Amino acid sequence: MQTLFSLVPLIVLLPVLGLLFNIAFGSRMGEKAIGALASAASGLAFVVSLLLGIALWNTGGVEQVVPFGEWIRIGTLDIPWNFRVDTLSVTMMLVVSGVGTLIHIYAIGYMHEDVRFKNDIGRYRRFFVFMNLFIAMMMILVSGDSYLMLFVGWEGVGLCSFLLIGFWYEMDTLGRPSWANSNAAKKAMIANRVGDFGFLLAAFTMFWAFGSVQFGEVFGQASQVAVMTPGVILFITLFMLIGVAGKSAQIPLYVWLPDAMAGPTPVSALIHAATMVTAGVYLVARSWPLYSLVPDAQVVVAMVGAVTALFAAMIAAGQYDIKKVLAYSTISQLGFMVAAVGMGAYVAGMFHLVTHAFFKALLFLSAGSVILGMERGHHHLAHGQHDEHHAEVFDPNDMRNMGGLRKQMPLTFWLYLIGTLALAGIFPFAGFWSKDEILLDAAKKFPAIYIILTIAAFLTAFYMGRQVWMVFFGKPRHAAAGQAEESPRIITVPLMVLAGLSVLGGALNLPGLHTLTNWLDHTIELVEHEAEVAPWLALSWGGFNPIVALLSLVLALVAIYISWLIYGRKPLETGQKDPLKQPLGFIFTGMENKWFVDEIYAAVFLKPYVTISRFLADVIDGRFWHDWFHEKVIAGTYNFVSKTVLDLRVDQQFIDAIANGLGNLTRRASASLRRLQNGFVRSYALAVLLGVVFILGYLLIR
Amino acid sequence: MNLTLILFYVLAVAAVATAAGLLLSRNSVYAALFLVLNFATVAVFYLLLGAPFIALVQVTVYAGAIMVLFLFVIMLLGAEKLPKGQVLPWQRPLAIGLAALLLVEAGFLLFQRLRTTAILPAPGAELNTTATLQTLGLALFNQYLLPFEVTSLLLLVAMVGAIVLTKQVKGEQA
Amino acid sequence: MGELGGIPLSGFLAVSAILFTLGALGVLIRRNAIIIFMSIELMLNAANLAFVAFARSYDVLSGQLFVFFVMTVSAAEVAVGLALIVAIFRSKHSIDVDQMSSLKG
Repeated sequence: MQTLFSLVPLIVLLPVLGLLFNIAFGSRMGEKAIGALASAASGLAFVVSLLLGIALWNTGGVEQVVPFGEWIRIGTLDIPWNFRVDTLSVTMMLVVSGVGTLIHIYAIGYMHEDVRFKNDIGRYRRFFVFMNLFIAMMMILVSGDSYLMLFVGWEGVGLCSFLLIGFWYEMDTLGRPSWANSNAAKKAMIANRVGDFGFLLAAFTMFWAFGSVQFGEVFGQASQVAVMTPGVILFITLFMLIGVAGKSAQIPLYVWLPDAMAGPTPVSALIHAATMVTAGVYLVARSWPLYSLVPDAQVVVAMVGAVTALFAAMIAAGQYDIKKVLAYSTISQLGFMVAAVGMGAYVAGMFHLVTHAFFKALLFLSAGSVILGMERGHHHLAHGQHDEHHAEVFDPNDMRNMGGLRKQMPLTFWLYLIGTLALAGIFPFAGFWSKDEILLDAAKKFPAIYIILTIAAFLTAFYMGRQVWMVFFGKPRHAAAGQAEESPRIITVPLMVLAGLSVLGGALNLPGLHTLTNWLDHTIELVEHEAEVAPWLALSWGGFNPIVALLSLVLALVAIYISWLIYGRKPLETGQKDPLKQPLGFIFTGMENKWFVDEIYAAVFLKPYVTISRFLADVIDGRFWHDWFHEKVIAGTYNFVSKTVLDLRVDQQFIDAIANGLGNLTRRASASLRRLQNGFVRSYALAVLLGVVFILGYLLIR
Repeated sequence: MNLTLILFYVLAVAAVATAAGLLLSRNSVYAALFLVLNFATVAVFYLLLGAPFIALVQVTVYAGAIMVLFLFVIMLLGAEKLPKGQVLPWQRPLAIGLAALLLVEAGFLLFQRLRTTAILPAPGAELNTTATLQTLGLALFNQYLLPFEVTSLLLLVAMVGAIVLTKQVKGEQA
Repeated sequence: MGELGGIPLSGFLAVSAILFTLGALGVLIRRNAIIIFMSIELMLNAANLAFVAFARSYDVLSGQLFVFFVMTVSAAEVAVGLALIVAIFRSKHSIDVDQMSSLKG
């Protein structure tokens, strides 16, 4: 049993091997082979996670730390690379690799069509390389034993997010040459960067206060440090919240997630619904010893989550792009999760994380199926019309072009419906159980948050209903929708698996059984709230409060009914404006335009920043430094010294004088001495006699 | 005052005079004849110095062979008088000056440094014992054999050289 | 009178010196190549005289032997030298040494 734990490095190494193999040999393998290899790597990682889970179950859930190697050792700083296998990390591993593998398989079929619609078949391989890299990085994140290792994975998934959002970097979502996709990737990177900055400050403070960043050591010392320097833990937790806001798309750093829909749909499903964005929730859950020491921070976290949930839900109700609705829905659901872990309901938050992964992935992938259907339909149209010049720009994502797809794509319709019902929280689908637990915990601890979350849940059901009526019912509002086709099996089969999980996922933590609670209990201490609660709240059927549950169910059904009234009973016609536009007026305009948050950010942050940097670049760097200082001062001095001093004075007048002077001297000396050799023997003889006389004289005198 | 000394003075004057004659005569034949006389006086000197063999060799070789050779060449070349024309104007005064200086130095050397007061006796009975031809020959062929042989080689070389130098290649103008 | 007395050595040496000087002067002043040659012979003679005088003075024979060799060598030298002069006369038609200045630098 012990040896199974030593398998844990494989969860990282298998995807890495997969991506390396694809890089090296991918150009020689066919598309199916590339996709199969990548899916196999991810699938094997899932198998290993499963084995780890079984091993952990058999050893009673006691956490294991598996050392891998020495990483950083400078002075007192010693951060090894250890893998931590405990119930929380194994849960995350299973979700990531399981859902990830299904999405890999889906992507084999999706990308096959996508690269053909965008005319770049060779890019297929790059997609799977990046996907495997993502799995590897996410595994590092969830299996690390220290905050720094977590951060390595944190940054890694941020990088993969950038790479995958900007997969079609030279186009926009409609395939036209544009900066749009790469700008979206950049936005994701920068917004995440702001979050990472907060995370890093928290990590540095942690090292300063605790002397270590490893989980065991930090959590062990937490209570002592809280007593000695109380403000430190508050600081650390609040700045970690900034990181969470960046990675898990909370207010104020959520703005990258809707733009991230520019990436291919499998990316949106995997990264921006099921796994990467949940990293923030995981972080808070992991840091529960720190958070439980500072109730003030908990309140802040919970409020941020709740407000985000409501805010995003409002925006989602006014969006027309099928993926944008789901994106804002994700932000809203993440708000639920963050609120849950903020309140201390770690289990509820993790439970919702798991179920959300199932049905959100299902929804995204089904949306992808819908989009592909629309593209196929448009393709048929183009062929049928023999029209070479597509004057109109066709957006396959726009719900206003869809309609009546229930008849064209029945399987996708049913799967999408299952996802919708799960998200809306309808009994007995998975979302009902998990959302209900959050609402119950909120009701007991923070009534204000309970109210906010309930409104958000109402809106969730509303906009999902709106979406279903608009997409699948009524008449097609564009000819392409009329020609849409069902997707191939390689796409629909993973969807069916996910649908099954969405239906049955609630079994993870059924009231009374509390499987997940007990499982996570080994890692996360559950805080029993002893506060006084109203009697109707105190009612508990094995941890399940029927009144709260019934209330949320009724609200969800009412929301769906209202959406039917508006969108379902009288389906929209082509070109008709949204029925809510008139009654709600400026509120709807705000919802439609995401409350102009991006525009506000641009004006408040970006514009001054760009102005300052332009100033620094053009004026200070350009005109001052380059044009004046470099040219006049440095270059001028140099030219002066070299031309006037060195060249003229030293080289020409001094050194040349010496050199030429010596030459002249030699010449003149030789010219005069040459006259000695006049060819007359007699004068030579005279010279000899002269020498004789002198030598003789010298010898005599001496 | 003895006979030999008087003889010596006379001969000395004769030697110097003939040398001066050689120096000053414009005619090459006269100069050659002056030189012959000079050789003769020097031969008598040798006799006075008790070297009869050398004296005779002097007359035979120098006056008899070498000067004859000189006269032959003078006759052959027929250039007795040379055209006037001083190319090196400072040559003559400088040469005379240097010669005088050399003489002064020689005198200095002789009478200041050397200061010999040796008197060389007139040749006497030793002519029959020490300075005979036999003694010379014995010394020549015993101690000085190598120089002797080398000298013979030298003479051979000189002969060959003289022939080669004056040889005319066929076709050249005589 | 009639006594055969001695002659001072210095006398002979003085004569030798004068003859040598005159010979050197002859080499330097005269332009006729043959006269120059003859002056050289004069110089050699002066040296021979000095040799024999010293030989007599030290009462050794080697001085005379040396004179023997000098004479031989000078004879050889005259032969070759005159051959040279004849050869030069053939091409230059003159024995003026001043005319043989083609090695002028």
